[in-house]
Amino acid sequence: MKRNLLSVLFSASFLLAVAGCGSTPEGEQTPAPVEDATAKAPAKPDPSLGKPVDTGVSGKPLGGGSKDPTKDPSNILSRRSVFFDFDSNAVKDEFKPLVTAHATYLRDNRGRKVILQGNTDERGSREYNIALGQRRADSVKQMMLLLGAQEAQLESVSFGKEKPRNPGHDEAAWAENRRVDVVYEGE
Amino acid sequence: MGIRSLGLAGVLSLLCGLLFSAAFAAHAQLRIEIIGGGANQIPVAILPLKGEDQLAQSVTRIVAADLQRSGLFKLVDAGGVTPVPGEPSEVQFPTWRARGADALMVGSVSPLPDNKVDIRFRLMDVAKGQQLTGYAYQVTPAQLRATAHRIADAIYEKLTGDVGVFSTRIAYIVKNGKTFELQVADADGFGPVTIIRSDEPILSPRWAPDGNRLAYVSFRAKKPIVYVADLAKQREIVLANFKGSNSAPAWSPDGSRLAVVLSKDGASQIYTMSAEGGPATRLTSSSGIDTEPNFSPDGRHVIFTSDRGGSPQIYRVAVAGGAAERLTFEGSYNVSPRYAPDGKSFAFVQRNGGKFNVAVQDFGTRQVQVLTDAAVDESPSFAPNGRLIVYATEVRGRGILASVSSDGRVKQRFSVDTGDVREPAWGPLLK
Repeated sequence: MKRNLLSVLFSASFLLAVAGCGSTPEGEQTPAPVEDATAKAPAKPDPSLGKPVDTGVSGKPLGGGSKDPTKDPSNILSRRSVFFDFDSNAVKDEFKPLVTAHATYLRDNRGRKVILQGNTDERGSREYNIALGQRRADSVKQMMLLLGAQEAQLESVSFGKEKPRNPGHDEAAWAENRRVDVVYEGE
Repeated sequence: MGIRSLGLAGVLSLLCGLLFSAAFAAHAQLRIEIIGGGANQIPVAILPLKGEDQLAQSVTRIVAADLQRSGLFKLVDAGGVTPVPGEPSEVQFPTWRARGADALMVGSVSPLPDNKVDIRFRLMDVAKGQQLTGYAYQVTPAQLRATAHRIADAIYEKLTGDVGVFSTRIAYIVKNGKTFELQVADADGFGPVTIIRSDEPILSPRWAPDGNRLAYVSFRAKKPIVYVADLAKQREIVLANFKGSNSAPAWSPDGSRLAVVLSKDGASQIYTMSAEGGPATRLTSSSGIDTEPNFSPDGRHVIFTSDRGGSPQIYRVAVAGGAAERLTFEGSYNVSPRYAPDGKSFAFVQRNGGKFNVAVQDFGTRQVQVLTDAAVDESPSFAPNGRLIVYATEVRGRGILASVSSDGRVKQRFSVDTGDVREPAWGPLLK
């Protein structure tokens, strides 16, 4: 079962790599060999004009190229932490673009999976904090499901207060520890 | 009076040899410091056992230390009497009356074939010169400490009317830098043994009622999973690894089932399952967090923490099903409930101002008594006689264990040389 899944993923990324190779590097628009499902019917290019015409078809890059966008520092996907207010599991406005970006990426890359790891600050019962961290991870998961990621791609877990990023005992440390991390499979 | 031979040696030597990973040397002792004593201490003279110099260690010293540590006895000076009496007929009772002792232990040690020893003692009423209790034991050198604890238990029971807990063990977690260890030590701190060692957090150790298994939560697979370690068979099973987080194990009193907290259905809720593993049956249904389950001694109820009402409070639900009943109404943070062994009250953690302290609430009167007063106290666990509560606290930034008597008077602290100790679980009485 495991081996089949791996071979499916491998052939899927091979296909995507081939699609990537199909586009020309100089910025000219040509239709990719693997078509975007939402593409409109291509207009006929006018040969008398001597240059390519915008056919109204734009291919969306699907990844599988040499650079993993989730690790690209210039890409929002390399940002992985959502921070929370005290006693809250609501995703604040400032983090919605980040959650949206990851959800969209997962929607468009069905082979990828994430673990959402919830954390809390150090105050209070260990087990109650496991549940609070879980609630934060579940909030992020819910938002991602609404934005198109699939249940099979997401697992939400909690570390409670057991794995603080900041070992300090002040407000700044506590704020840094009230957090959900998005971790892609294999990391 | 009777002759008992202890069957503890097998279990004890297994424990000493037991580890689930590479062998470790036994650690230095868990240190214990007594902070406060009881109000009406019983004056008792513990005379040295005649002939115990031939032993590798002094049994008398362990008996005296046990009784001292309980905070309920005032140890009367037992020295300066020669020759050391070995039985009641050799005791000068006027001496002991003059020293203020109410009771006195006298006894002797003699060698037996096969490297065994005979250890016998009698507890005497000093005023009347009469025996209160007495036992004889035939034991091996490896059983000396256990025998001393049995003697202390017998003296404690006779003089206080309560069951003694000197022969019990305590499990706890030690964090040293990035390493976590689940350890078990004797109730006097002696002989800590590492059961599990990991680079990832371990929490919530819980003794099975028969004292042979420990449930706990580990993050070693990068998510919370509940395991059960069998101490005798030196084996471990995964009890609960459902999608999401699995934590907060609690044993039913007959040891056949556990309650656990699972997030697999979209929120942290309480389920029960067989101690062998398998499917989980949902127990609580709320729109909030339900966690920290704990079974009543009769197995019919579970108390737990829930924030279904907006803030974490303690509730009780029947295992057979039905609505949960809220129990705590003071303040906005009441968590970590644990039934007292007699089922008449429960210990818990209450936040007051910014401080977290251990308190006890009586089921009948609903009265709350706060027992501790440091800044951060957590994880209370009752001794099996209900007289002491061990819990985790912090002193000068270091995690230590402490215990307080259920009336708040006697206090002790336990620390290790390096690292932080937390998450204590007091083991059951040995049968």
